Amino acid sequence: MATTEQGTSEGTDVTRRDFLYVASGAFAAVGAAAAAWPLIDQMNPSADVLALSSIEVDLSAIDVGQSVTVLWRGKPVFVRHRTPKEIEEARAVDLASLPDPQADEDRVQKPEWLIMVGVCTHLGCVPIGERGDYDGWFCPCHGSHYDTSGRIRKGPAPKNLEVPEYVFLNDTTVKIG
Amino acid sequence: MATSNYQPKNRFLRAFNEQLPILSLIHDSLGPGYRAPKNLNYWWNFGSLAGFCLIVQIVTGIVLVMHYTPHADLAFDSVEHIMRDVNYGWLLRYIHANGASMFFIVVYIHIFRGLFYGSYRSPRETLWFLGVIIYLLMMATGFMGYVLPWGQMSFWGATVITNLFSAVPLVGDEIVTFLWGGYSVDNPTLQRFFSLHYLLPFVILGMVILHIWALHIPGSNNPLGIDVQGPQDQVPFHPYYTAKDAFGLGLFLIFFAVFVFYFPNFLGHPDNYIEANPMVTPAHIVPEWYYLPFYAILRAIPDKLGGVVAMFAAILILFAMPWLDGSKARSSRFRPIYRTFLWLFVANAILLGYVGANSPDDFLHLGGVDISFLTLGRIATAYYFLFFLVIVPVVSRWEEPLPLPKSINEEVLKKAAKAAPAE
Repeated sequence: MATTEQGTSEGTDVTRRDFLYVASGAFAAVGAAAAAWPLIDQMNPSADVLALSSIEVDLSAIDVGQSVTVLWRGKPVFVRHRTPKEIEEARAVDLASLPDPQADEDRVQKPEWLIMVGVCTHLGCVPIGERGDYDGWFCPCHGSHYDTSGRIRKGPAPKNLEVPEYVFLNDTTVKIG
Repeated sequence: MATSNYQPKNRFLRAFNEQLPILSLIHDSLGPGYRAPKNLNYWWNFGSLAGFCLIVQIVTGIVLVMHYTPHADLAFDSVEHIMRDVNYGWLLRYIHANGASMFFIVVYIHIFRGLFYGSYRSPRETLWFLGVIIYLLMMATGFMGYVLPWGQMSFWGATVITNLFSAVPLVGDEIVTFLWGGYSVDNPTLQRFFSLHYLLPFVILGMVILHIWALHIPGSNNPLGIDVQGPQDQVPFHPYYTAKDAFGLGLFLIFFAVFVFYFPNFLGHPDNYIEANPMVTPAHIVPEWYYLPFYAILRAIPDKLGGVVAMFAAILILFAMPWLDGSKARSSRFRPIYRTFLWLFVANAILLGYVGANSPDDFLHLGGVDISFLTLGRIATAYYFLFFLVIVPVVSRWEEPLPLPKSINEEVLKKAAKAAPAE
């Protein structure tokens, strides 16, 4: 019968109509995704947030053994003028014993200036200076201990304190970011 | 819901109801049209109480927004403005802040009721899943609401919780930047949290409507956990349970009012009356009390990603309850061994909350022994998961329940005869 034949051909063969369905469906899906993207991407940092990305710090006022905290991208940055003893402590460590092995030499450009983001790599608290078991930093939130190179030594944090990008513009000025 | 035979007496209302049968819907879901088992005890009050709490939060929240400013520079001061200058602002804010705690107390008891009487078992799995989703939404809403006053705990709580997502492999940091809208918790974060904190309660309201709908298909479970066999096992919801719920509401309001009027800051943290400062972390970051057990689980695991996974798993595992429990009886009333483990689970959850409120480096002095909170947290975390993954599946299948009563009606009459011996 004519109807049966028609039914069979619709069921098995790919028709022009099937192609139109799939093509228009795919087109609509791409369109919906494109329309959704602005709604999602608006959550990412805006232009003004991105623009505030670098600061300059005057180092002449920081004595040996002193440390200042500056605000960069909404986060504290520790700038520490390390003592020879602290430098020596940081360099005497056996790298194999570290949870996140990194040589002190790779964390500083000038040994006496340790510059790093003061945000605990566990869950983002600000560690307290000259505390903890390794004379470095101690995070009060969940008990992570950092050494005089800002490397994680004990506690739940998985990584060393992050070293931001910086350049020494001259002997007494550093630009972070 | 069964087809309604409800007919309003008033001619106009009848005509209106024919065109939009909303009066039938109310009659059949909250009025005499909904028939509930006649043996429901006071544990069954907490569902309607939770609904009440949601309405209180939405109403007080909407009026608080008329005075609050969602901006990092102004939020803290606007909350103080509410407390000092706005007429009854102190009352509205204290009701809203304590109302969140009340909502969680009620919901925790409601969840426990479900666990104890097997309300998650077939044919009520969908009902249970909707409940767990509501609970998850409540946690998200409560967290974002706590950020809005922009105090120290708001700021650092937000920092710690959003940083949980940095544990995600590969894209963790990008996710966190995306959530913050910057490189730290700051004004963009506050504004999006405000937007979502306003939205989510209405999502919860929608889920609550689905939850009630899903309840009314199989009907309420009951303390015996056996099925309703006929009308002799039931009473109409109105006036019986509306009256019982109203009485419970009265008691609950007294409890609520004691906090609002006498201890309004008891459940909060004093550090949140210090304005947010990104340069100084408070000595102890403590989340709101209702998150403490999960916070303890997070800290019990020595691995960052593992801790985060365990914390989320602790909540999501509730979804598996209908399959984990294989007992022939729903109600724990007939399962003495299982019941013991369940009460232990409750005690353990409270212990986890206590551990979560303390620093893992501190010690608990028990008699002459010192136990670190870290050790205690690890033991309690182990029992938490042991309960779901081993105790529930094994004990429920192995323990032979006590003989179940033949019907709800028979049991109710037996109890009544015992209470009032032959005159």
